[in-house]
Amino acid sequence: MKRVDRYLLARVDLPDSHTLAVYRAHGGYQALEQVLRKPWKPEQVTQVVKDSALRGRGGAGFLTGLKWSFMPDPAKDPRPRYLAINADESEPGTCKDRVLMERDPHGLIEGCLVSAYAMRASTVYIYVRGEYRVSYARLQAAIDEAREAGLVGRRILGSDFSCEIWMHPGAGAYICGEETGLMESLEGKRGHPRPKPPFPAASGLWRSPTTVNNVETIFNVPFLVLRGADWFKALGTKGSTGNFLCGISGHVERPGVYELPFGVTAREILEQCAGGVWKGRRLKAFFPGGSSTGLLPASSVDVVMDHDSVKAAGSMFGTAAMIVLDETASIAQLMEVTLRFYDHESCGQCSQCREGTEWLHQIFRRIVRGQGRMQDLDLLVSLANGMAPAKTICALADAAAIPTLSAVKHFRAELEQCVRLGRDPLATATAQSPEHHEAHA
Amino acid sequence: MALPQTITSELDALVTHYPDRRAALIPALHRCQEQLGGWLSPQTLEDLAAYFGLEPVEVFGVAFFYPMFRLRPRGRHLVSVCHNVSCSLRGAEQLLEHVCKVTGAPVGGTSPDGRFSVVRVECQGACANAPMLDLDGTFHEDLDPERAERILRSAP
Ligand SMILES: Cc1cc2nc3c(=O)[nH]c(=O)nc-3n(C[C@H](O)[C@H](O)[C@H](O)COP(=O)(O)O)c2cc1C
Ligand code: SF4
Ligand code: FES
Repeated sequence: MKRVDRYLLARVDLPDSHTLAVYRAHGGYQALEQVLRKPWKPEQVTQVVKDSALRGRGGAGFLTGLKWSFMPDPAKDPRPRYLAINADESEPGTCKDRVLMERDPHGLIEGCLVSAYAMRASTVYIYVRGEYRVSYARLQAAIDEAREAGLVGRRILGSDFSCEIWMHPGAGAYICGEETGLMESLEGKRGHPRPKPPFPAASGLWRSPTTVNNVETIFNVPFLVLRGADWFKALGTKGSTGNFLCGISGHVERPGVYELPFGVTAREILEQCAGGVWKGRRLKAFFPGGSSTGLLPASSVDVVMDHDSVKAAGSMFGTAAMIVLDETASIAQLMEVTLRFYDHESCGQCSQCREGTEWLHQIFRRIVRGQGRMQDLDLLVSLANGMAPAKTICALADAAAIPTLSAVKHFRAELEQCVRLGRDPLATATAQSPEHHEAHA
Repeated sequence: MALPQTITSELDALVTHYPDRRAALIPALHRCQEQLGGWLSPQTLEDLAAYFGLEPVEVFGVAFFYPMFRLRPRGRHLVSVCHNVSCSLRGAEQLLEHVCKVTGAPVGGTSPDGRFSVVRVECQGACANAPMLDLDGTFHEDLDPERAERILRSAP
């Protein structure tokens, strides 16, 4: 693996990395100053982001510059304009945005300001999942410091640009990470995703033009302004530029969050960053990008980690949250846990998703307990195919169907054996696992 | 009844962050839960409805949707154990079982002495430091049952 030129995590290990003084001492707020003092036109900032081919780090990998260009022309559309930062981070396996928010909050604040300038938004909301209390407190303190220093609020650094940044906590619902669920939640409602179109740029928060971006996406923006699109493109692969944060968890020696250029292989991440499969065991399978991406067998471990290559291997890059299973792990049990999650988190608006996630969960559950039937394997496939792709209001149904289909595809023999034996020989003792979640109320 | 003034004055500031006051409802539910005994009583929900000019059922519907809001009284300490994929691969079920033993609380319930409530929760974003639990809003990571026991025993 070639040496990694770190920028996303370059400051996180400094003492007091979360403070304005340390951020400033290491180049902080120079991108904002450059944009406001030169001054750059807002379109110039968008152009650099477009030229860089930065893709969103929230899971879908959408081109950020393209998304920004969907915002209507302010000369023709006088409505207020919003930037919403998606800091809901709740895709299982994903724990990367938290590192940036806790240990380099000013980096995100500067990214928000430069991005809001580009989109001519004067209000930014940072929607942080409710459980991330440290992230919330660090970001709030950073906003307060920045406001004191004239970096947030009215006429920033004496320019014509005014921008407010407000923190907003979620309350434990995964679906509020979906961008339209997030907007409903921010408006004080249940997080029920909205049908699209209209897309957020046309009608988002309070029916006004809105862009929703992930924390890590926006964190890249000041670096693009200072170092340029060519620098960024030189770091990654053709279709996926820059570095990305990879959280690797599960059965590995050194789980953690690592900064890597697109183009490394899953094997390099597993062996060189994470110290290999734990306890000297062999690899069985892995999710490359969170539990919503297709499960891949050990034979796929040389897949190149970028959007196109992981897709070609039959999965998705997702949030680059690699979850690793060793040879002793039970696929049926893994899938019971995975589908229990989607069953619990479905908001219930679409029947395919509401009923489908529950069925999938119950089928995996009975396979683990030795009560599966041979026809259950085909039933899993037909249910999953009835839920996705794109058959529901949002992609949570896809997120449940995709891992289901991949598990049956790659591990059908193991699942069938559980049925034949009337027990799952690999299952660990977790008989208490609930049939339904206890009411959380 | 009405909400205590310490809360309403905070809410008066919060609502100014949004073009529509109602957007402050979820932050407001958090404030009330934190400051009024760790749960949201029917009275609190009614008071919030009055504050926001909403029907009580509307506020209840929002509170019910979000797993972090608790609509029943709970023990003095709330222990949330993640049971999602990365944690379960590293022993979350054994951790949970031990947590129940140490606290005397069943999953989803409260210990007879009223000290602890224990719940299962979904992925908390601590996957690279699994398994984990959250005790009263503070994450404890890289746990094994013994470490978890020490942490729980030192809770006041
Ligand atoms: C069910 C579901 C959950 C999601 N959760 C998150 C999340 O927690 N964080 C996030 O950034 N994006 C999440 N997304 C993706 C968002 O909808 C959206 O694509 C993303 O925030 C856009 O930001 P980006 O373009 O910068 O990646 C989720 C999507 C779905 C369908
Ligand atoms: S797909 Fe599922 S989570 Fe998404 S809107 Fe429909 S029911 Fe809700
Ligand atoms: S799976 Fe437990 S914190 Fe993510």
